[in-house]
Amino acid sequence: MTAALTVRDLHVHLGQSHVLQGISFDVPTGGVTALLGRNGVGKTTTLRALMGLVPRSRGAIALGGDDVTRLATHTVVRRGVGYVPEDRDVFAGLTVEENLRLAERDTDPRYELVYDLFPELRQRATQRAGTLSGGQQQMVAIARALLNENQVLLVDEPTKGLAPLLVTEVAAALSRAAELTTVLLVEQNLPVVQRLARDVVVLDAGQVVHAGPANELLADPEHIQRLLGVHGGSH
Amino acid sequence: MSTLVLLTITGLGLGAMYFLVASGLSLIYGLMGVLNFAHGALITVGAYAAWWIGEQVGGGFGTRLLVGGALGIVVGAAVAALIELVLVRPLYRRPVEQVLVTVGLALALGALVQGIWGADPKPILLPDWMFDTTTVLGANVPNDRFVEIGIAAAVLVGLTAFLRYTRFGLVIRAGVENRAMVTALGIDVRRAFTIVFALGGALAALAGVLSGVYFGVVDPARGTSLLIFAFIVVVIGGFGSIGGSAVAAVAVALIQQYANFYASSGIGDLAVVMLLAAVLLVRPGGLAPKVAH
Repeated sequence: MTAALTVRDLHVHLGQSHVLQGISFDVPTGGVTALLGRNGVGKTTTLRALMGLVPRSRGAIALGGDDVTRLATHTVVRRGVGYVPEDRDVFAGLTVEENLRLAERDTDPRYELVYDLFPELRQRATQRAGTLSGGQQQMVAIARALLNENQVLLVDEPTKGLAPLLVTEVAAALSRAAELTTVLLVEQNLPVVQRLARDVVVLDAGQVVHAGPANELLADPEHIQRLLGVHGGSH
Repeated sequence: MSTLVLLTITGLGLGAMYFLVASGLSLIYGLMGVLNFAHGALITVGAYAAWWIGEQVGGGFGTRLLVGGALGIVVGAAVAALIELVLVRPLYRRPVEQVLVTVGLALALGALVQGIWGADPKPILLPDWMFDTTTVLGANVPNDRFVEIGIAAAVLVGLTAFLRYTRFGLVIRAGVENRAMVTALGIDVRRAFTIVFALGGALAALAGVLSGVYFGVVDPARGTSLLIFAFIVVVIGGFGSIGGSAVAAVAVALIQQYANFYASSGIGDLAVVMLLAAVLLVRPGGLAPKVAH
């Protein structure tokens, strides 16, 4: 079976820094693959490189078997890639409804799904996104990506800075999203990873140091400690 | 009292031109991060195109102005789109080169206009009713001032509606905030760049036509002098803000008029610079920073 996303020997330089040093991994079709690693190892840069938001020095990226390495960001997205950035990046001066309308690509955008997952957004449709709480902004960011049918959804630290109740809500939304599409998730919150991820890819210093089933890694606290610098059992 | 009214309405007429130039400049910088120093040349190109086409069309003064003005605006938009596609687009990630190219272009276009039509101002022939005056609170105000103010007000309403109610306006407003995220939603922002540049060119050309009406002549230096004040308006109003540009344009023009009359001729420009300094000290981002509305 063709992987939803294939990355081969991907290099990224940001200024003088060689951030990604030839990473290769596959994201299997369906479910959630978590991209893990300590802070600053290149997780966000990987997602941004997949989107074409940072220049790629070398390597190849394939979406469902099709090479998308040289495509501009908007073309990559139109090929079926949704993106939820780390800082949410909602348009503060636009209303919630305008943020969603801007994201419409399909002829039949999935507003029913979005409002089913986040009913609050319907109530706040006319509110400027800049006045929303962090959790509500995260809902807008995820909703924008779910509005269209995608082959792959790239989600960058969706629970960062959220209250526990909102973490549960966001995780539930991602779980639902994973029933509809393939999700590549950057996440620091290991319980969320445990709940959602089928596979994991671990980065360290710009290189892939582990890839495999999530349950194998998460069942091994020593391995977690060594790869991620955290105690798996404490979460 | 009548002097104050006359100064105010004349100031609003001048502010109308500042607004037309500044709004295009502001949208272009807000969305694309391009400081377009060739914007003043587009004022000149629009004004001369309107004058020349009017001369070719002949007929009554009103017909000349209407046809020449309309086609002058089209020429301004077309030249601006061409500049974006050919000269600015290859330099999007090179701001220093962008500045050099647009400054060079401004000089070249100015020289081209002078080379073709000479350095002497060309009179714009206006219909008689524009020379007539209307009495407002005891002041005899030339009718052309109302035309300039009315057109600028219509442009303000039209631009605001365009930005608020059309998908393209939505793309521009979002792009002013976060261009990269707009592309990450699958939108080709380069198309927006070309259209905003063309829109800015059309507005600059319209300002050129109205400056011909306001001053009674078109001349090669007009674009540069209007551009300087338009830059001040954009900084005061906030890059990317149409509403901010409108408020700032009125403030700059009125202060200029009042200071020139009540203090001393020439003090107006100094007063505008002092206003700019005061706004930068109190609100460095301008009146309405970085949000297109």
